[in-house]
Amino acid sequence: MKKITALTLACILAMGLFLSGCAMDDPDNAGTSGSPDSSNSSGTSEGKRELNVCSWGEYIDLSLIDEFEEATGIKVNYQTTDSNETMYNLLKTTGGGFDVIVPSDYMISQLIEEGMLAEINYDNIPNFSLIDDRFKNLSYDPENKYTVPYTWGTLGIIYNTERVTEPVTSWDIMFDPAHAGDVLMIRNSRDAFGIALMSLGYSVNTTDEAQIREAYQKVVDANEAGVYQAFVMDEIFQNMEGGNAAVATYYAGDYLTMLESNESLAYAVPEEGSNWFVDAMCILKDAQNVSEAEEWINFLCSTEASLRNMDYIWYASPNTEALEMYPEWYEEQYGEPLDMELYEIMAAPQEVLDRCEAYLVLPAETRTFYNDLWTQLGT
Amino acid sequence: MKNRLAWFSAPYVLWMALFTVIPVIMVVVYAFTAVDLTTGAVHPTLDNFAQMGTYAVVFVRSFELALIATFICLLIGYPVSYLMAKEGPGFQRIAMVLIMLPMWVNFLLRTYAWMTILSNNGPLNQLFQALGIIDLGNLVNGGLNGLCAWLNGGAVELLNSLLGTDFALSTARPTDMTYFKMLYTQGAVVLGMVYNYLPFMILPIYSVIIKMDNSLLEAARDLGAGSSRVFRKVILPLSLPGVLSGVTMVFVPSVSTFAISKMLGGGTKLLLGDLIELQFLGGAYNPYLGSAISLVMMVIVVICMYVMNRFGEGEEQAVML
Repeated sequence: MKKITALTLACILAMGLFLSGCAMDDPDNAGTSGSPDSSNSSGTSEGKRELNVCSWGEYIDLSLIDEFEEATGIKVNYQTTDSNETMYNLLKTTGGGFDVIVPSDYMISQLIEEGMLAEINYDNIPNFSLIDDRFKNLSYDPENKYTVPYTWGTLGIIYNTERVTEPVTSWDIMFDPAHAGDVLMIRNSRDAFGIALMSLGYSVNTTDEAQIREAYQKVVDANEAGVYQAFVMDEIFQNMEGGNAAVATYYAGDYLTMLESNESLAYAVPEEGSNWFVDAMCILKDAQNVSEAEEWINFLCSTEASLRNMDYIWYASPNTEALEMYPEWYEEQYGEPLDMELYEIMAAPQEVLDRCEAYLVLPAETRTFYNDLWTQLGT
Repeated sequence: MKNRLAWFSAPYVLWMALFTVIPVIMVVVYAFTAVDLTTGAVHPTLDNFAQMGTYAVVFVRSFELALIATFICLLIGYPVSYLMAKEGPGFQRIAMVLIMLPMWVNFLLRTYAWMTILSNNGPLNQLFQALGIIDLGNLVNGGLNGLCAWLNGGAVELLNSLLGTDFALSTARPTDMTYFKMLYTQGAVVLGMVYNYLPFMILPIYSVIIKMDNSLLEAARDLGAGSSRVFRKVILPLSLPGVLSGVTMVFVPSVSTFAISKMLGGGTKLLLGDLIELQFLGGAYNPYLGSAISLVMMVIVVICMYVMNRFGEGEEQAVML
């Protein structure tokens, strides 16, 4: 009897593991296991060098971490969060304990404004010279004292061509009751309200409360009409890859990752324009491991690391050489030419960037207004 | 002697003070303060509570879903516990293992698995498709639409003309479904709650029933009570303490959950837990409002528990008399 019990138990346990395993196969979860907790104790002690990084899910070729650890002997604790707002709250509520973070442009301005970032000593990051001048001295860091760009790209509409037959050229599809229950809205206030602002023809950086409220109302109306299946961040991978939803808004690089699993997905940067973003590596002011942080940033700026990252995460690198070499490098690696259409989605050409707008930091009152509206959204 | 033994509770008292009492005090302090945007100064205020009306709908939704989940847990849990307690030790062992088994797998993993199972193209929908259940659903919906249209043309029209109302039955049920929408619905959230918290209902009820003095049941039968009467007059009242603690243990985590509603509910309709999480770790940073909402929720839950326990006590005594 006991044997049967044990056997049943083992079977069910195995089944449980299998089922949960199916849902968990995205690599970013492997990254979350590194905890920053142990950081402060051993940061300065000899021989045991550590580095605490906070970044986004699916945002690095994980083998680069191993390589860096082997080459330098620095132990990297790599943690991920899902949006700029979440990361900001993590820094605020826990004090973080991180050394390097990779926020987007508008969040960088906010962190600089609040004095949370350290000025970087670029002498220790020689590879900074490889970064294209287009991505230096941008509005979020006009004198380029705090940041080293990591990736850039556009926000756009991802849709399933089997379910969406009309051409997708406008943000209006994100509010269209014709696709009720089939649309995934993005779960952060800046992007979600930004999409509504763009579809209304306003600037994504407006501080006019009436315009922002109008955008908010547009999202609320669509939500009440049942347009949205859900508000998601990285859950989008599972949903779009599995064909569970027809339309979503997300980042170009992630679209290319999804395309690998589902060929009927397409990407469009709407005619009204979109957001183009730069995510940059920053060192926090209270970082314990500054020299390790510099080594890490320098390592990721190298052309080799940039190429491999681009290939793995499908976000464009700001490294000039890597950008130029990538199509060639791809052909060498895979023995087939790179689809230039995909390359242009990853590294958007200038005419696309021309109709896109970068997010600028909003004044504190507007940020609070965004937060309040965002809180009321799901009520 | 007694005083010396009291020292053994010191670690727990310290623990409580550090991790329960102080945090609760902090929540209260935060709830009654706010930060001034221009100066950055923190000042006492009641503004956080003044906003509470906006979120009343979230409170109602959360309590409603938690009550439904608790009720379903009770409906499933009580018979299972009763059956378990009445069966032999072999059955009890196996049943206990089966009940505890899901809890050995991480809570988030279990909920992730449900996301896959319930999704529009997930295994469950594929099974329904293969078995023709979805086509059957379409057929039933079509039939209902036809029936409603027929009624709208006849009986309902007559009724409307008599009462001067403008009432019509829906004829817009979908008949071209290729899947049932299960994930990202409130039903999925309730399912998640029931699935995750059912053991907390079964275990307390079971442990009360199994400890019940058999001689009481024998006495009742001796005095001529039939088995349904024994159950109603003896077993049910005596198992009430177990039911009450089971209800508490299911209801309280259900009403405050955010992981389940975020993963299975999709965030189009927030629950209290989501709303609070949003203020601390989500997209909107406002720990003052978050604390106020937590505090109001805490007070409502405590009142609910108090009323329920009083009700339970009264019931027990009345039946005993």
